Amino acid sequence: MTAPRKTSPRTRNRARVGPLAAVPASRATPLDTDALIDDPHTGIIVCCGSGGVGKTTISAALALRAAERGRRVVVLTIDPARRLAQSMGIEQLDNSPRPVTGVQGGSDHGGSLDAMMLDMKRTFDEVVESQATPAKAQQILTNPFYIALSSSFAGTQEYMAMEKLGQIHAQAQVDDSFDLIVVDTPPSRSALDFLDAPERLSSFLDGRFMRLLLAPAKGPAKLMSAGVGLVTNAMTKVLGAQVLRDMQTFVAAFDTLFGGFRARAQKTFELLQADGTAFLVVAAPEPDALREAAYFVERLSEDRMPLAGMIVNRASPAPVGALSADEAMAAYARLEQRGHGSVAAGLLRLHADRSRLVERETNLRDRFAAAHPRVPTTVVPALASDVHDLAGLRQVGELLAGG
Amino acid sequence: MPDWSRVSLHVVTGKGGTGKTTVAASLALALASEGKDVLLCEVEGRQGIARLFDVDPLPYEERRIAVGLTEDGTAPGTVYGLHIDPESALLEYLAMYYRLGRAGRALDRFGVIEFATTLAPGVRDVLLTGKVFEAAKDGRRGKHARQYDAVVLDAPPTGRIAQFLGVNNELAGLARVGPIKTQADMVMKLFRSRRTAIHLVTVLEEMPVQETADGIEELRAAGLPLGGVVVNLVRPRDLGAEQLADAQAGDIDRTLVAADLKGAGIEADDALVEGLMSEAHDHAVRRALEDSQRTIVAGLGVPGYELPRLPGGADLGALYEFASLLKDQGMA
Repeated sequence: MTAPRKTSPRTRNRARVGPLAAVPASRATPLDTDALIDDPHTGIIVCCGSGGVGKTTISAALALRAAERGRRVVVLTIDPARRLAQSMGIEQLDNSPRPVTGVQGGSDHGGSLDAMMLDMKRTFDEVVESQATPAKAQQILTNPFYIALSSSFAGTQEYMAMEKLGQIHAQAQVDDSFDLIVVDTPPSRSALDFLDAPERLSSFLDGRFMRLLLAPAKGPAKLMSAGVGLVTNAMTKVLGAQVLRDMQTFVAAFDTLFGGFRARAQKTFELLQADGTAFLVVAAPEPDALREAAYFVERLSEDRMPLAGMIVNRASPAPVGALSADEAMAAYARLEQRGHGSVAAGLLRLHADRSRLVERETNLRDRFAAAHPRVPTTVVPALASDVHDLAGLRQVGELLAGG
Repeated sequence: MPDWSRVSLHVVTGKGGTGKTTVAASLALALASEGKDVLLCEVEGRQGIARLFDVDPLPYEERRIAVGLTEDGTAPGTVYGLHIDPESALLEYLAMYYRLGRAGRALDRFGVIEFATTLAPGVRDVLLTGKVFEAAKDGRRGKHARQYDAVVLDAPPTGRIAQFLGVNNELAGLARVGPIKTQADMVMKLFRSRRTAIHLVTVLEEMPVQETADGIEELRAAGLPLGGVVVNLVRPRDLGAEQLADAQAGDIDRTLVAADLKGAGIEADDALVEGLMSEAHDHAVRRALEDSQRTIVAGLGVPGYELPRLPGGADLGALYEFASLLKDQGMA
């Protein structure tokens, strides 16, 4: 599974000693997160990455650091851990930003931090209510198909996260409430579904299927061909007439709103491509997470999304000193031969384990950097304990800045 | 007698990054080591199974990927792999139950297949769970259909698992009559039965353990049958309880350590000793956190199993090692 090594483990270990050991492979340009959050042109930071890499923590830590350095920040999180949400005061779902207390120093130079947690269904409902007449909105909101769509739709979270980002951004343009929005993206299966959201919506709305669903509502249109009959029959057979009817009612009621939806989705997509936006890819030093990260990096450049860099989160802290894993294990074996059972023996084994882990992680990062040399990267070492309060976030923020 | 010997559908979920694919694969191997023929399914399009077993990417077809290892020389079972994607599942479903081969193509032309598999509420999950059901049920249709002793599903993450498995329930509510309703009810009957067990993978850290506890609560509320909790990536235990306490308090005798290191042929300067001390301290802090999380896991009221973190990561060899550990602990 591991690629051939370019240097022997021993020289590698010797080369990566001391404080510099936490710095990524020599090939990768360092990512300066402080420069990014201090730059007044940075208006939106989108953190993306596969599940379990600590995206939410990184988003919150960046937002807190930016606020304490004088930015007026709002962080939009999707599904924060309960204790982290508690410490930021956003455990209640009211779907709008709330000020976070305990931000230090920032207020002296005008900084502030708000946070909110996305309520997907509520965001969807609000969009419907803002776009339709009250009577029509009521008709849509009670449609069984809409209820399923807004609460369990596999992609709804992605659409709504982007919708909310658009809303907050538009609002901030008007009342100047925030000058930096940090977005944590949903842990979706492909993790980039949110980029596809506008495109998918458009292709669906323009598609023949949509016209097919609308056909009965619009009377016996010219569309009626053998193909249509075949499809309608098939759907009736599989879904049952009642489900199809619910869908048709929903689509008919929603028809006039779709245009607005699409326009909004398109606008958000453009917002993401704009100069003031920066994407950060968060990864863990694991093969799967880095593979996802590589996919992200490629996908973002394909869509001409402004990629600022990559954060390798929770890297094992580098071992101190020049003792290699092999040397440590050899010394351990000598101690064991004497039937010693000393503390030193345990320490040597721990050291060897840590060295091997770090070596493996460094190797993985090297390979990533070799394939993506132009992606600025920063490495955040794992903390000894879990992060669940502002002090912890502050510490992560310092590590992000390389401190 | 293994803990889940009556179970024929093992669903393995877990927070992202906890190694649920590794655990699902190890469990499948462990069951094969009991002489069972096992189907290992994945539904998230990541080809994680192919990578772990070091085989070519899996198609929508049951492929032989490994055999179990029996200790007593009896015939081992085989592990088959299946990569379920919603498009293929839908077309197969239409062909199998409705003989809609031609209409299937028409549906594709009209964008119905794309709509159903990417946009329509929950349909994707219905198709994925539907195929798992089809593979796990007795009396499968088709000439070459293989009957498995067990099916192991590498399922979506903990945060989505109740919704994923319960999607047929939603569907049965949406469609009050008709063929979909009948099918949905049948799937739910299997998922809720004693023949199914949902195992949760976690690591001994606060967030994943909390998510596991929440997941268990959610599954219980949804009436879905719980399996065990597999604690993965457990740190090595090279220091005893007393040594850990000393390490955390900074009370380890540095002179003694330096002397021992010298005795083992290592030039132990102050920097090295201090380095080892700080490594020991970090380790002790983590181990203390692990212990407190382990207590929480033990209080969840489900059987627990543990797998170690290997410094080299998980490969095929590691899977066999994990499989035998799971067997020893009675999971399979």
